[in-house]
Amino acid sequence: MATHERPLSPHLQVYRWQYTMALSILHRITGVTLSVGALLLVYWLSAIAAGAAAYERAAAFFAHPLMRVLLVAFSFCFFYHFANGVRHLVWDLGIGLERRQARLSGRVAISVAVALTIAFWLVVSLRDAS
Amino acid sequence: MSLRSPIGRVLGLGAAHEGVSHWWTQRVSAVALLGLGPWLLISLLVLGAHDYATVVQWAARPWNAVLLVLTVATLFYHSYLGVQVVVEDYVSHKGAKVAALLTLKFLHVVLAAIAIFAVLRVALGAAP
Repeated sequence: MATHERPLSPHLQVYRWQYTMALSILHRITGVTLSVGALLLVYWLSAIAAGAAAYERAAAFFAHPLMRVLLVAFSFCFFYHFANGVRHLVWDLGIGLERRQARLSGRVAISVAVALTIAFWLVVSLRDAS
Repeated sequence: MSLRSPIGRVLGLGAAHEGVSHWWTQRVSAVALLGLGPWLLISLLVLGAHDYATVVQWAARPWNAVLLVLTVATLFYHSYLGVQVVVEDYVSHKGAKVAALLTLKFLHVVLAAIAIFAVLRVALGAAP
């Protein structure tokens, strides 16, 4: 088989690293991270179904400081994947594909993600404090 | 001149042999999650207290249970479609690729089933 004689696309390394490329791979990384994070949702729902004692154990698990840090990371992944996902869906409509627009929407996506992460945990901490 | 056979053109499945179905279902599930994701986050945020009694009462409400089942199902569907592309892109060895895809698919189905069963158990009042 002469598979290696087919034309190959150039290696990624030949491209100058660009901001929009980083956003693109971040979409994939956050997506895979969220797939792993879905395990927590399964655990939480199962704990509710398993009764009060199991739920208390789960609540203590989620309240652990290390877990909180992880949850902040997961929430950022969610908000970024969400915002950048909207960006992708808009692209699929054929809108915003020009270079300047794509760079601008990239900045919007990352800003929205950071803002929503901060706002979300601000609300959570305010609620916990009251 | 096109080198594609007439039957190939009619079927419209292209080189991947499955047409645009993967691409399209990924978008459809994404659009569904645009609604379901924020619904779950906001619901849990406005719920206030997260003690066992409150959470069970919340999850057992019919609309919440239905939306939870839909969220879990759509989430795991979307998740599988996503990790499938990642595996297809980075795992070039055919055997390893098939093994990874099968493992991931089974994992997704089992986890979705566990989560949906849990929601139903609470909603139907069978939780201890």
